Amino acid sequence: SGAASPPARPAITKLLVANRGEISCRVLATARRLGIPTVAVFSEADRRARHVALADEAYCIGPPPAAESYLDADAVLAAAADAGADAIHPGYGFLSENAPFAEACASAGIRFVGPPPAAIRSMGDKSEAKGVMSEAGVPVVPGYHGEDQRPARLADEAAAVGFPLLVKAVAGGGGKGMKIARSMSELPAALDSARREALASFGDGRLLLERLITRPRHVEVQVIADAHGGALYLFDRDCSVQRRHQKIIEEAPAPGLSQELHAHLGEAAVRAARAVGYVNAGTVEFIFDCDSGEYYFMEMNTRLQVEHPVTEAVTGLDLVELQLRVAAGEKLPLSQQQLGAPRGHAFEARLYAESPARGFLPCGGRVRRWRVPPAAAAFDPAAALRVDSGVAEGDEVGTFYDPMVAKIVARGEDRAAALRALRGALAGTQVAGLPTNLGFLRRLAGHAAFEGLELDTGFIERHRSELLAPEPVPLELAALAAVARCKLQAARAAAATAAAGGAAAAGPWAMADAKRLWLPHARPLEMEAGEGGGEAAALAVTYLSDSEFEVSGCSPAGPLRVSHVALALEPDAASPPDQTAARVSAQIAGRRVSADALLYSRPSEEVLALWTAAGEAREFRWPVARWSKAAAAGAPAGGAVATPMPGKLIKLLVEEGEAVSAGQPLLVLESMKMENTVASPRAGRVRLGTGLHAGAQVEEGQVLLHVVAAEEERRGGGAEGAPAQAAAAGAEAA
Amino acid sequence: SALAAAASAGGAPTSAAGAGGSALPRSLDAGGDAYARSAAAMDRLLSDMRAEAARAAAGGGEAAAKRHRARGKMLPRERIDALLDEGSPFLELSPLAGHHMYGKEHVPSGGVVTGIGRVRGRLVAVVANDATVKGGTYFPITVKKHLRLQEVAAACRLPCVYLVDSGGANLPRQADVFPDRDHFGRIFFNQARMSAEGIPQIAVVLGSCTAGGAYVPAMADEAVIVRGNGTIFLGGPPLVKAATGEEVSAEELGGALVHCTTSGVTDHLAQDEAHALAIARDIVGGLGGGGGGGGGYGGCGARWDEPLYPTEELGGIVPSGRQPWDVRALLARLLDGSRFEEFKSNYGKTLITGFGSLYGMPVGVVANDGVLFSEAALKGAHFIELCAQRRIPLLFLQNITGFMVGKRYEAGGIAKDGAKMVRAVANAAVPKVTVVVGGSFGAGNYSMCGRAYSPHFMFSWPNARIGVMGGEQAASVLAQVEEEKHARAGKQWPAEEAAAFRAAIAARYDEEGSPYYASARLWDDGVIDPADTRRVVGLSLAAALNAPIGDTKWGVFRM
Repeated sequence: SGAASPPARPAITKLLVANRGEISCRVLATARRLGIPTVAVFSEADRRARHVALADEAYCIGPPPAAESYLDADAVLAAAADAGADAIHPGYGFLSENAPFAEACASAGIRFVGPPPAAIRSMGDKSEAKGVMSEAGVPVVPGYHGEDQRPARLADEAAAVGFPLLVKAVAGGGGKGMKIARSMSELPAALDSARREALASFGDGRLLLERLITRPRHVEVQVIADAHGGALYLFDRDCSVQRRHQKIIEEAPAPGLSQELHAHLGEAAVRAARAVGYVNAGTVEFIFDCDSGEYYFMEMNTRLQVEHPVTEAVTGLDLVELQLRVAAGEKLPLSQQQLGAPRGHAFEARLYAESPARGFLPCGGRVRRWRVPPAAAAFDPAAALRVDSGVAEGDEVGTFYDPMVAKIVARGEDRAAALRALRGALAGTQVAGLPTNLGFLRRLAGHAAFEGLELDTGFIERHRSELLAPEPVPLELAALAAVARCKLQAARAAAATAAAGGAAAAGPWAMADAKRLWLPHARPLEMEAGEGGGEAAALAVTYLSDSEFEVSGCSPAGPLRVSHVALALEPDAASPPDQTAARVSAQIAGRRVSADALLYSRPSEEVLALWTAAGEAREFRWPVARWSKAAAAGAPAGGAVATPMPGKLIKLLVEEGEAVSAGQPLLVLESMKMENTVASPRAGRVRLGTGLHAGAQVEEGQVLLHVVAAEEERRGGGAEGAPAQAAAAGAEAA
Repeated sequence: SALAAAASAGGAPTSAAGAGGSALPRSLDAGGDAYARSAAAMDRLLSDMRAEAARAAAGGGEAAAKRHRARGKMLPRERIDALLDEGSPFLELSPLAGHHMYGKEHVPSGGVVTGIGRVRGRLVAVVANDATVKGGTYFPITVKKHLRLQEVAAACRLPCVYLVDSGGANLPRQADVFPDRDHFGRIFFNQARMSAEGIPQIAVVLGSCTAGGAYVPAMADEAVIVRGNGTIFLGGPPLVKAATGEEVSAEELGGALVHCTTSGVTDHLAQDEAHALAIARDIVGGLGGGGGGGGGYGGCGARWDEPLYPTEELGGIVPSGRQPWDVRALLARLLDGSRFEEFKSNYGKTLITGFGSLYGMPVGVVANDGVLFSEAALKGAHFIELCAQRRIPLLFLQNITGFMVGKRYEAGGIAKDGAKMVRAVANAAVPKVTVVVGGSFGAGNYSMCGRAYSPHFMFSWPNARIGVMGGEQAASVLAQVEEEKHARAGKQWPAEEAAAFRAAIAARYDEEGSPYYASARLWDDGVIDPADTRRVVGLSLAAALNAPIGDTKWGVFRM
């Protein structure tokens, strides 16, 4: 690559990856393969994170909040200077589309693995981007963005744009000041109401008009350009299936489009890149109108995308390698013609720490189990099955950053084969310890309409009820869970006794068969299937021996016999003492069933996760009574207010002793970038716990305060002497 | 199958763990008619017993249980289930206590559930009052059963957990429960003595603890009380009002808060029963080295052989008639690997002695195979000496009509030879477990370690009979005496009267000889299913071996 002009820049001698999690690991993997020494940066929350371990050296760049670490350009540059890195890969998110950062890199003599700052800038300004694209002959959504806001002018422009259309606040965001007009007659009302909202929300009444695409698909094209005028499109991707405006399943190439359209899209994308003097990898996003078959430029992402692995899967290229080569001044190693056609089809499913049942609310927690299918490779662009992840078992998925846990990528000869591979991969993935969308992804990937190409951004909303409907637990699985719970608890108790230095039970007392004389031992078990308000079941397990049980309550047809139960405990030297893993097998109604089982404790509940050999995954949970010292010291048992999830206390809205009503907001927590208001469970007086101040970190299930009801207060103040002080002291201890 | 059972229990089916000796033959034709008849007869006994056990387990009945639960309380066996480790066996003692003892008053299980189970890996002895039975008040049999559990705990050095929910002494029967040596007061005496010996005493107050009952928590090393339901006072509100005119609620008088914050009678305040039991588990878990016993589970290894033949076949071992039966067939279904090393097999053949093992614990077996003669008694005494010398626990399998009678045997000194065996049984300081598998008559009961000889545990099969002699013999003996009385008076005893007299005696002996009658009165620690014999004896031996084996002193053998 040395002979071409302009003269090639020297190769990268040390690369700093200014990111964390999966993408940091991804970039580090390629750098290592290319023999480039690597540097990781990390916040204090990520000291033990996987990306830190993968790099040759690592620098702490600040406290957990991203604004004080991963977004702190100076800290990143200082780390690069300390390490002697001569290139920075920003990954995605954080500083990846930050033009001043790219400029700062340049002035520090460090290569920024990404586009020139000017390209970032012009694509970062949505209306400028549209203008540039329009001029370059790339179709943009018809609309009016003019300064002239007179109603007559707006009506004229609306007629030109066509109906239905969107009336949007120029200063808008978050759906505020956005109205739909389906016809000219609806326009005046839509304008009025949008302007009112815009004024109220942003103090700026200016509006713009845009064609409303009722059945849009999100189709995007991966491009890469070198500094020598070379530019390629690496085919397209469909990312229509979204929730909360975030993609969860992507595929390449975008299915159901003609060859011609693929080519049009690709060429338009290359034109778009050239129009802004683009260098390095980028993505041109189009909105595709399912009804008209037309496509329009939406925006350009001037960085590597989360979903780049599907493009790698169908091109066989390592995009990070290309990025590094381009950043080092090399020419692109192949032409559009040499690239040829996509190799088959690929899907990517994003595994998030979130709760689909609770509106996809992001959640954190400790990863108790993280197992991928045995055939899966990590960070390997050529792999048929690939799982990229930045976490390991035992990691905390914190509340500070993006809750993505992993990306599961499967390739096949064609879309059907790829989808089969994806379903298999999802069925073979085991995750536990925190809520995830894995079950949701399985149902999504298994949905007939998804298979049938019913792709548009409204897919999840439209099929919401089916995708989120509670899944009845198969009877056999409930029975197996009940028995596994008994066996695992017995095994855990034995292990705990041994760990405490107690004599390991031996002989006839060690048999965990709950032996009774004359009448067998029956144990009632309350369990809930699924997370958060799932299906509750009251079961009873009767011990017939240590390998034979009867489970009642799971089937209306009567008790199920669970026989030949065998439990093979997994060696757990490294796992925490509050979790027990085993392979459990049994015969139920003549059929042999087996599953991987994991029993673990959370502050307020026990969870049993089962992954059957048949690919079924279920969680069963039951509350663990936790008796606080405060309560034992005489404080009211009820009225405890605990945190629903780990996070940071932002605001305390009440004071000690304040009278509150039921439902009154007590405090605001920030967790997973979202604010949650915690309300009072009942009327009463507030009794605060200690250490409550704005900025305090709180654990899930931590009791923050009590709301003492009037009658309890009376009782506390009367015959019981000084229980209020005892309660307060107890609350401190707790 | 036996092999599968061994594998699941961690045993090694082919190893030669435990005692030596060759495997006993099957000696039972499980496919034959005789076996089928025996098994069917035993099945009838078993289903009666199971029904009786279910009635006993129902305690004070559905309505009482409902009221009990409405107050946030668990039934006594549920409390025990919650106290024990998941999957732990529970060796319940004397579930039939009190059976038909008090006329129209039913006192199921004697109003108290007792037994041994595993808590945090450690064996503990549990006493749980059943408040659904007469408010948990102490009938004479309740006292006896409570004391018996304490006796077991002391002998095995097991920590005691008292789950208290009792109204104290049953007032109408105060004379039979209050003042005597083995009455109510003995409970607290035992608590004090066991505590002094380092055997932990833990009380969990789940209901009322009135009057004398207040001393159960007060005498405990550590006591837990449930807020709301638990109360402790020497005199309840009615008595206080009567005595001093003071009006006070039960909660104010002796509730959990009073005792945990002011009086200090209890140490741990629990929010509910589950909490209280969780605290009790924690207390046991924290006993550390001062837990009372070795905690070694009788030195059970991880490996042993299951018997070669299924223990379920034991149900068909006893002939339905009066035929003798082969006790070796029992041993073949009881001992590890069916191995039995017989001692003195050609001498005194009506008593079988020898070594085997149960779950890897060596055991010396003394089993009847006919009436006892002098030789058999001498052999028994010799064998018991061997076991005591070697610190090997003893297992007595009683099926004995008694010692041989007659001029020749009296002249041969059978009384002094029998006495030798009785002395050996009484003094051998090793764990002893007795199972009555058939008859238990006369001095046979004594020489085979009957109740009076304080075996660590004693169980009966449903076909067992206990008595000074058989009903027919007793009828004959008493009829002869009666006949002589008539003769001395010069009267003729009408044949019908004589027959009625005999029948009445036989019927009474029959009733009193039944295992229900015996078990109701705690002449044993419970009736067991023959198929459970191996397990129950194993659990018992392992519990007994929790205490160290001491030295034996023999006294004077009459030569």
